[in-house]
Amino acid sequence: MPTSPHIVLADNSVRAVMFKVLAALVPGVVVHAWMFGPAIWVSLLLTTLFCLVIEALVLAMRDLPLKPFLSDGSVLVTAWLLALSLPTLLPWWLYALGSLFAVLVAKHLYGGLGQNVFNPAMVGYAVLIVSFPAHMNLWPAPVGVAGHTPNLMEALDLVFAGQGAVSPDAYTAATPMDQLRAQVRTGLSAEAVAAASFGLHAKEALVLSYALGGLLLLAHRVITWHVPVAFLGALVATATLLHLIDPGRHADPLFHLLTGSTVLGAFFILTDPVSASTTPLGKLIYAGLAGVITVLIRSFGAYPDGVAFAVLLMNAAVPFIDAYTQPRVFGHSRGRRT
Amino acid sequence: MLSAILVMSGIALVLGGVLGWAAIRFRVEEDPLVDKIDAILPQTQCGQCGYPGCRPYAEAIAKGEADINRCPPGGEEGIRQLAELLGVEPKPLGEGLVHKPKSVAVIDERLCIGCTLCIQACPVDAIVGAAKQMHTVVPELCTGCELCVAPCPVDCIRMEVIKEDISNWKWRYPVVSLTALA
Amino acid sequence: MRFAPTPDEPRLTPFPGGIRLPAHKEVSTQRPIAALPLLPLYVVPLRQHIGEPARPIVQAGDRVLRGQMIGRPEGYVSVGVHAPTSGRVLAVEPRPVPHPSGLADLCVVIEADGEDRAVEPTPLDWHVMDASSLRNRLREMGLAGLGGAVFPSFIKLNPGARRSIPILILNGAECEPWITCDDLLMRQRASEILLGAQIMRHMLGAQQVLVGIEDNKPQAIASMMEAAIGSDIRVVAVPSIYPAGGGKQLTYLLTGRETPAHGLTTDVGVQVFNVGTAYALYRAVVHGEPLTSRIVTVTGHVAAPGNFEVRLGTPIADLLAAAGGELTGATGRVIGGPMMGFELKDTAAPVTKAVNCVLVKDAVHFPPPPPALPCIRCGACARACPMRLSPHELYWYARHRDFGKTQALNLFDCIECGCCSYVCPSHIPLVDYYRFAKSEIWAREREKKAADEARARHEFRLQRLEREKQEKAERLAKKAAERLESGAVSAQDPDAERKRAILAAAIEKARKAKEGVQPRNVDDLPEAVRKEIASIDARRTGGNGADPTP
Repeated sequence: MPTSPHIVLADNSVRAVMFKVLAALVPGVVVHAWMFGPAIWVSLLLTTLFCLVIEALVLAMRDLPLKPFLSDGSVLVTAWLLALSLPTLLPWWLYALGSLFAVLVAKHLYGGLGQNVFNPAMVGYAVLIVSFPAHMNLWPAPVGVAGHTPNLMEALDLVFAGQGAVSPDAYTAATPMDQLRAQVRTGLSAEAVAAASFGLHAKEALVLSYALGGLLLLAHRVITWHVPVAFLGALVATATLLHLIDPGRHADPLFHLLTGSTVLGAFFILTDPVSASTTPLGKLIYAGLAGVITVLIRSFGAYPDGVAFAVLLMNAAVPFIDAYTQPRVFGHSRGRRT
Repeated sequence: MLSAILVMSGIALVLGGVLGWAAIRFRVEEDPLVDKIDAILPQTQCGQCGYPGCRPYAEAIAKGEADINRCPPGGEEGIRQLAELLGVEPKPLGEGLVHKPKSVAVIDERLCIGCTLCIQACPVDAIVGAAKQMHTVVPELCTGCELCVAPCPVDCIRMEVIKEDISNWKWRYPVVSLTALA
Repeated sequence: MRFAPTPDEPRLTPFPGGIRLPAHKEVSTQRPIAALPLLPLYVVPLRQHIGEPARPIVQAGDRVLRGQMIGRPEGYVSVGVHAPTSGRVLAVEPRPVPHPSGLADLCVVIEADGEDRAVEPTPLDWHVMDASSLRNRLREMGLAGLGGAVFPSFIKLNPGARRSIPILILNGAECEPWITCDDLLMRQRASEILLGAQIMRHMLGAQQVLVGIEDNKPQAIASMMEAAIGSDIRVVAVPSIYPAGGGKQLTYLLTGRETPAHGLTTDVGVQVFNVGTAYALYRAVVHGEPLTSRIVTVTGHVAAPGNFEVRLGTPIADLLAAAGGELTGATGRVIGGPMMGFELKDTAAPVTKAVNCVLVKDAVHFPPPPPALPCIRCGACARACPMRLSPHELYWYARHRDFGKTQALNLFDCIECGCCSYVCPSHIPLVDYYRFAKSEIWAREREKKAADEARARHEFRLQRLEREKQEKAERLAKKAAERLESGAVSAQDPDAERKRAILAAAIEKARKAKEGVQPRNVDDLPEAVRKEIASIDARRTGGNGADPTP
């Protein structure tokens, strides 16, 4: 019982915050299912189940009460972000493994809710892409682009029984980013590829739906403008610079905005309060550098998408950023540290 | 092979020389360790540690002769600070030593015979009085060391625990309802 | 009814952070200020202000009059304490007082005689009196800030080395929800408040007087504006954003001047007084009445909430009864507002100069907070903090008792307004951690100071002993040399035997004295022993009686 204040803000809790995040993700999930087929429901359900079970087991092992921590919604946010970052139609055990690294390693080994240095979903993603690059490169193509889009039963079959009746070649395709990579190597202009990329239209709708969710979060003051603005701004600026230097090698900024998990990252991943910087200036630095790193990894790195690694790198820098960006306390002169 | 060894040795010698020179040239004059230890000790001068005062105990710790857990008035917090200063693990208070709440000595002035034995025993001159005159303890100066209790031939000195009142009351560490706050 | 700022009004500078709170002011503003009937018993604490408590100058059995000083200011930061009515002093003893600790403190208990006779009032001619004696009179008359901090007013009214303080701000913001005592006072006694402000302005040499009132009090604003017609005092409506009533916040809001950390508003040429203090000052100066009453809001879960003119020393139980008593389902009482007030442990505790509101809680408006969860670093606290601190970082270090880090993060700039705790989605009692850390740091500083003094005294003593030893050795050597010369040889100190005998006799005496403390039979004792006992008794009563010179 606090000695004061004697009142608290109504309808304000960790659970409320987390469920607002989940609600803001719903448009994205629905558009994903519409554009890429129902397979997303399978991966979403699987990561949710795995994350919840792992969370419950770890809480029990740590002698922590199950109810407040299972119901706070934080583990659901982790599960959903993981599902939305991973390709659909992966074998079930990859979802399990990703969930294990996200919840057990990234979250609880660092002390549980509020203590994790790294974004749990991104740790799960990073472990999988490093360990299983072959699986992680099989991205199902959008409806209409792929030769065949698996229905729900086929999706379940693929996820649980491995190769089902449909061959991966039928439903997957190289992502626009992979295409760009391949084409640049063989000497075609990136602009031409980007313009012709078949997946981009589906991506546009998805990106818009994530952005809509992000605006909902902004409107409900779950997140502040600093992270999305700094991340997208730095990303566009870096991409523009590279594109101006060598348009033949580097895609234009719009391409960077629309592909990968740029917008999901800007509104939902980088904004994870626990692993992000907390000061206004710190948020700008944190998200801005993440934007730069994302483009650099995409342009020069070995991995197709750089958001996850950019997030993890900047997560590691957060304590340092926070320490040096503490706001000027009222009544203190600027610049002087006491 | 030989040239490699020579080069490496040469580098080692040069760097070693630079480091050695820098160590002397840029040496920072610090408080001697004894002063730092003494600053942590509560200065009750009670001798419960087995040394005739806080300073001698600090010296013994600095020399490595005494353990850091011999000071009951300093309590757990004192041990923690010493451990931090010396870079060792904190440990519980030594055997046979107990941390007591802070007290002051009170002389029952009806019984005092003015023998001055307590005045001689007080390490901080907190007792006033003269031979054959009644003595009294200045409570603000008393460190609660209890050294005056034993010498009194008429047992007129007792230790009184300092009571909590509004002027010395402290806010408590918050009790949080969720028992295991990670 | 809202007041658009007129062109000559100062532009407001919003302070950082702050929160909007449900006000609940209407609960206690339905009735005008009511006086409490005379009660049979008053308990007047001697510590009603910041600083040294007043020293009691009455004892049990004394008769006192209303307004008679019963506690004299002790030390510089202190003010007088006065009897709230005429009657007899029953006791001067520790009694429960309104304090977060729930501990007892020294009080003068007065049994009213029902006549309510007052001492001769001593109005002060403030226009001609010299500033220092005027301040001294206010000190004796017990003037202290009635906004809740109860800092002695005479100190704040001293411009000191600055000679004058250009801006005087009257604080009528009353930003805490539920409390309405300043609201009602401004509605009903606006001209008196402004007269008090004129005296304050005179004492400070201020050129400008501003009155800051939150815009959720339109009637108070109207009444103060009306009273200010014909003067250059400006009444300014400020947005109802908690904690607009904080001294530094209101100063910034009205003048844009930022009070330096660890400083006072006077450092930027502003002095802030609560409107209630201005009214009390008016009563003291113009009517010559010492501070013996104040307005108190009784609100929340009581039958007849409202504001009362209450004599200082009124037991809170009696005050609650005057407000119709608590309704069933009351879950506790808060002294002060819901944001910064503290839980009252005992309703026998009296109203003091610091008590502006008694808020009775119920489960609907004051539900127990949900269990605390770990901090998720969402930063809501930092956005709400009016001092632009990082509450989540402070919490982290305070929780781990890393007090050095809390100080590096400017813990002592925290005003304990409670905004951070209010908005925390994890429901962490943040303010409790800061209070804990602050009081630990203060205690440690006290201990450190005591230890340093003890060390110095110990070292001095060691030096002295060493010197004495040397002197004695020299003396002995000299004596031995003399003896050698005179040829007398004595192995033993001739005094030693005699000293032992004296000591033994004294011990015997003390032993008897100890026995003498218990009931005893002295009939059969020899004359010498009886005499001894008599002399001991004389000494004992000497040491036992009332302390004439503390």
